[in-house]
Amino acid sequence: MKSLFEHGPSLRTRLLLALVVAGALMFLDHRLQTMQPVRSFLSTATAPVQYLAVLPEQIMDRLVYLATTRSALREDNQRLRDELLGLQMAVQRLNFLENENARLRQLLDSEVRAASRRMAAEVVSVATDPFSHQLVINKGYASGVYEGQPVLDNRGIVGQVVNVARTTARVLLISDQSHAISLRAERNDIRVIAQGTGDLNQLALNFIPHSTELQEGDVLVSSGLGGVFPEGYPVAQISVINRDERLQYAEVLATPFAELDRVRTLLLLWPADASEAPIYDEAEPDAEAAPEPLPPITQGVSDVD
Amino acid sequence: MWIKSGLFPLLLSYLVALVLTVMPMPAVLEPWRPDWVSLVLIYWLIAIPHRVGFATVLVMGLLTDILMGSTFGIYATALVIIAYPALRHFQRIRNYSLTQQALVVAVLVLVKRIIVYELEHLLNDATFNLPYLYPVLSSALIWPWIFLILRRYRRRYLIR
Repeated sequence: MKSLFEHGPSLRTRLLLALVVAGALMFLDHRLQTMQPVRSFLSTATAPVQYLAVLPEQIMDRLVYLATTRSALREDNQRLRDELLGLQMAVQRLNFLENENARLRQLLDSEVRAASRRMAAEVVSVATDPFSHQLVINKGYASGVYEGQPVLDNRGIVGQVVNVARTTARVLLISDQSHAISLRAERNDIRVIAQGTGDLNQLALNFIPHSTELQEGDVLVSSGLGGVFPEGYPVAQISVINRDERLQYAEVLATPFAELDRVRTLLLLWPADASEAPIYDEAEPDAEAAPEPLPPITQGVSDVD
Repeated sequence: MWIKSGLFPLLLSYLVALVLTVMPMPAVLEPWRPDWVSLVLIYWLIAIPHRVGFATVLVMGLLTDILMGSTFGIYATALVIIAYPALRHFQRIRNYSLTQQALVVAVLVLVKRIIVYELEHLLNDATFNLPYLYPVLSSALIWPWIFLILRRYRRRYLIR
């Protein structure tokens, strides 16, 4: 048993010392932005914690999978077949339109849009802090993931990569308070900026005049301005417009299409003009085939940008 | 002996706390997730203060920062600040009843979360919302069990 009396520097000195260290780190990270390599290294080091955190869920999924009956699997298979058939028919039409679009663009002497490459990723963990809406995915720079990369799910844009480690990467969601994305209304091409509110189901559109033509229910797609997100992917739908004249601007809220609170599988996108390229595992033969025009995205969203 | 008795069980408890902090949970329970790292650290600070001190707290804070993706040092600062009263009064807190201890823990977790919020607000313009303080309640409610489990764990693996 230790004695009641302290040895070494007093408690207050040690507190001060610890606070100075923490404060210095905060300064280095936030003001000087010098901690990126350290952060990347430490993220790689803490990756096992993230993988441990999803382990119970994965085991559970595996057990559920093992317990599924033959008939349930057959039904599932049938449903997927039907879905695939539907999608393949849509793709035929899409290919035709794509070619036509490319030809027409050539006639107009404008740039032909090249297809983007993509890769599926699983969500490993979620940052539970309401001040930062972030996810960790199971792909890192070993797979060619880069900072600022757009991330989607099967409904729309989810966010962008902010930090990359070897086998994990951190995704900032569009609902994060520090995130804003440039959008345009699909109906009338009005450009807006959607800022995250810290609520997973809400984006706020800033600086909208009271006389705006936007309506409730308008679909907002990414505008491609800003250079991070490719053009034309669905992002959100306007849910509320409050034209209170006492406020300087109309208060417009939108609901993201992507189900940000229950994302499991995400899609990483490499736009055609990105200098980085995806690095596929040898074990994923279907990922290799992904660059062919076969959109896993539903509802007529093209995979060209 | 360089390795003190019970080092690995001690490290294991930290690892479990970190894993529980980032483990995906159903959306309904998500805002109520207890502040595992604070709870485990408070227990060790009042149980073996000669061994677990500011250095441990600092390292755990930085690891939390990494896992949560926040600016380096935010969680570290908050945890270091609540570690001070815990270390200062460990003998008193140790002898409180479980209810009293739960109250102390609630206050410590509340202070920690307010500091984190203030720093996030200062650095990253965070806005406050009430669900952020729900874990204060859930942490206090779960404290008696944490205390009893960790005490048995400490005795079993001779962490002293």
